[in-house]
Amino acid sequence: MKFLDSKTGWMLLLALAIAFPFLAGNDYHLTVMSMAYIYAIATVGLNLITGYTGQFNLAHAGFMAVGAYTVGILTVDHNVPFWIAFALSGFVAAGIGFFVGILSLRLKGHFFSIFTLCVGYIMFLLIEKWESLTHGTVGIIGIPAPSPIAGIEFESPRAQYYLVLFFLVLSVWVMHRIVNSLLGRTFMAIRNGDDLAEALGINLMRNKVLAFMLSVFYAGLAGGLYAGYVRFLGPGLAGVDHTFDMTMYMLIGGIGTMFGPLLGSVSMPWLTQYLQFLQDYRFVVFGPILVLLVIFLPNGVVGTYLKWRARNASRPAVEKTAPHAESANAQAAVSAAVPVAPAQEGSHA
Amino acid sequence: MDVLFQQVLNGLTLGGVYSLVALGLTLVYGILHVPNFAHGALYMAGAYVAFYLMGSLGFNYWIAMAGAAVAVAVLAVVAERLVFHPLRHAPGLHHMIAAIGILLFLESSAQAIWGADFHRMQTPFTGILNFAGLVMPVQRLLIVIAAFALVVALHLFLKKTVTGATIIAMAQNRDGAALVGIDPNRVAMLTFAISGVLAAVAAVLYAPINLVYPGMGHLVITKAFVIIVLGGMGSVPGAIVGGLIIGFAESFGAFYISTDYKDIIAFVLLVAILSVRPEGLFTKGVR
Amino acid sequence: MLEIHSLTKRFGGLTAVRDVSTTIEKGRINAIIGPNGAGKTTFFNLIGGVFLPSSGKILFNGQDVTNLRSDQMARLGVSRTFQATTLFDNATVLDNLIVGHRLRTQSGLMDVLLGTRRLKEEERRCREKARAALDFVGLSHVENRIAADITQEERKRVAFALALSTEPSLVLLDEPAGGVNPEETVGLANLIRKMVKSGLTVCLIEHKMNMIMNLADKILVLNYGEKIAEGTPSEIRANPVVIEAYLGSEHAAA
Repeated sequence: MKFLDSKTGWMLLLALAIAFPFLAGNDYHLTVMSMAYIYAIATVGLNLITGYTGQFNLAHAGFMAVGAYTVGILTVDHNVPFWIAFALSGFVAAGIGFFVGILSLRLKGHFFSIFTLCVGYIMFLLIEKWESLTHGTVGIIGIPAPSPIAGIEFESPRAQYYLVLFFLVLSVWVMHRIVNSLLGRTFMAIRNGDDLAEALGINLMRNKVLAFMLSVFYAGLAGGLYAGYVRFLGPGLAGVDHTFDMTMYMLIGGIGTMFGPLLGSVSMPWLTQYLQFLQDYRFVVFGPILVLLVIFLPNGVVGTYLKWRARNASRPAVEKTAPHAESANAQAAVSAAVPVAPAQEGSHA
Repeated sequence: MDVLFQQVLNGLTLGGVYSLVALGLTLVYGILHVPNFAHGALYMAGAYVAFYLMGSLGFNYWIAMAGAAVAVAVLAVVAERLVFHPLRHAPGLHHMIAAIGILLFLESSAQAIWGADFHRMQTPFTGILNFAGLVMPVQRLLIVIAAFALVVALHLFLKKTVTGATIIAMAQNRDGAALVGIDPNRVAMLTFAISGVLAAVAAVLYAPINLVYPGMGHLVITKAFVIIVLGGMGSVPGAIVGGLIIGFAESFGAFYISTDYKDIIAFVLLVAILSVRPEGLFTKGVR
Repeated sequence: MLEIHSLTKRFGGLTAVRDVSTTIEKGRINAIIGPNGAGKTTFFNLIGGVFLPSSGKILFNGQDVTNLRSDQMARLGVSRTFQATTLFDNATVLDNLIVGHRLRTQSGLMDVLLGTRRLKEEERRCREKARAALDFVGLSHVENRIAADITQEERKRVAFALALSTEPSLVLLDEPAGGVNPEETVGLANLIRKMVKSGLTVCLIEHKMNMIMNLADKILVLNYGEKIAEGTPSEIRANPVVIEAYLGSEHAAA
């Protein structure tokens, strides 16, 4: 079932997403879904640096806050039009990401994560204490909604839902292109092993910093959308608990896959909605689930499925050449051209 | 003079607490190469257990501390067996995520049981000592003395006992240790237990000053990470010296620079030092 | 082709490689042998760019490459394999090899975002190179096998293919026959000969004496980080210093 990587699969999901406001019961559902989409964008970004490039960035929520506060500060304190501020949100985050990246990406594994944990804390504390810039614990209120474009207003929940959906689709599409390109393969090679990737001629720092900047660009963009959607901000947005949330979405969905972070970010908030009584105590349940997942299903839902499917697809490869499982473009043409495996090849376990 | 002394005492207090927490963290990291993000939750658990023992069951401070130490040691060992042992061959990312899972579970459980409010922990040492014109709150003095005593005890244990030697052996060469008959499982459990005790004691010592709340481990643990990265992963002296340095930096920084930003000091130090020396201060670089 | 002058590497108090000078001869099969802990892999790491030498000089085709990183060395044409090759286990063998040619491509983020023709062209080229490399090592038939499912010997060949797709002129092989049975070892040795015949220069570290004696044109012997002998297989075989080094250590000749 090539559902997940064929165009039809994604088209179907898109159709469902577009139809959602008409299927949903009320505006509250739209709100939950829109917030889920916003965090999905950020999670897709986190997946690039952590899932595809192998570096666990614990400051991700901090960068989302940077994007959000860029919009908040510019629109509220400096009367910059929303769209200009929004356009900047990703770039400001990426700019800060560049500096954090060149400092932190020389560190390996745990060191990098600890470093970014500290950077995240610095970001949180700065937002909280630098009152002249960020309004401190009071936060920023009264952020304008996105200004109308060509007569389309963005004040109603439905319009905002479609706006967020538009950016989600755009983000996912771009990420899809990146991940399936030579650039994406470069990132994955780095994840598989720094030494081998470097021996293959890959400039580690340049590529890691690029991946990092891209990933926090996504976070900043999501933050900018958040600002325009929720319309008020507090330092808590930079809290490491949000990074943990996104990590959880990514892991449950399937780290290092395209669909995984989406699946996680969209389904988890609904799960917590239904487990409403758990709201504040959601981690009493999710904590152990996270642990169990990481032990038994480290590839998440999507990852485990992809692995299973890839295994099944290649098992008949000994007797005949089967089309391979990954979503590359010209595979059909290629498989037709490859000759049948000779009998003396034997079977390997 | 008096003010300076206060800051020094403060620095020693903070340094003592941080050192204890960092010691537990560095022992675990040195042996298992697991950055135990859940260590802060062990710290918090220690405080809550003691709080419960003193509050609801009426035990006195010291017994509550002992009880907390035992409880958290057990908790740590359970975590090791159930979570970290199955993951011993998994990539580092999985360890971190699993530890975070444990952390989240413990914190929300504490919140579920005791609520998110701040609680005050009682201590019999509310007095203030006046000695040679210097004012010393007894609790702080106690922290310094207790931390020092515990560190010395740990040092003696590691250096002078056979069990301690097995821990060091495993830290230096896990496979080699196994080859000479040291059971890595036992050592792992023991190390986690010790780290739990250190965290719990640190928490119970510090809580009367700093209040008990679900998030109390966050800043402490992050600083402990800073300490072990700077002092050297797995280095006992590194954890102690690092803890004292951070304790003093914060104490003096808070007073002379700004109280608002004092928590940033540790992190800024980490960022600064790792930017210049990515291997940390005490590890020999390989490049 | 590769001149090494007085190469030394110290790690704190330990000198892993001490004052080693040698030449890796073009178009030949060069081997480095020595008891365990002799510093062979460190030596590889030094010439491959993973470590910075403490002192000494490395010249590649006359160019000073002493301080270059591995990716820079790879771009100059020096590629290497590792004792353990980390592949993307969930992808096919061919998929794993595509990134091997990446270093010869120019496409960057802009190309990806804009979907330029250059990107498509380069991706096609990488795929072709991957296929060609796989064919060269005789593994075309496992092109679509999941990387986790191939045998150890096939894994070693894939590592060769990966190194080959970087279009190197010198290939450094770190224990290419590790964990492989005698029959398969012969197969790999033939592959190495094939590589040299096609114009490459090979330098390998190996412990399997039979393989080395039959394969190598020139052997460098290290012990305790120092060069103790250098020469043809027959010279080395008869060299008393070498024999002593091996008999004196725990190492068991293959």
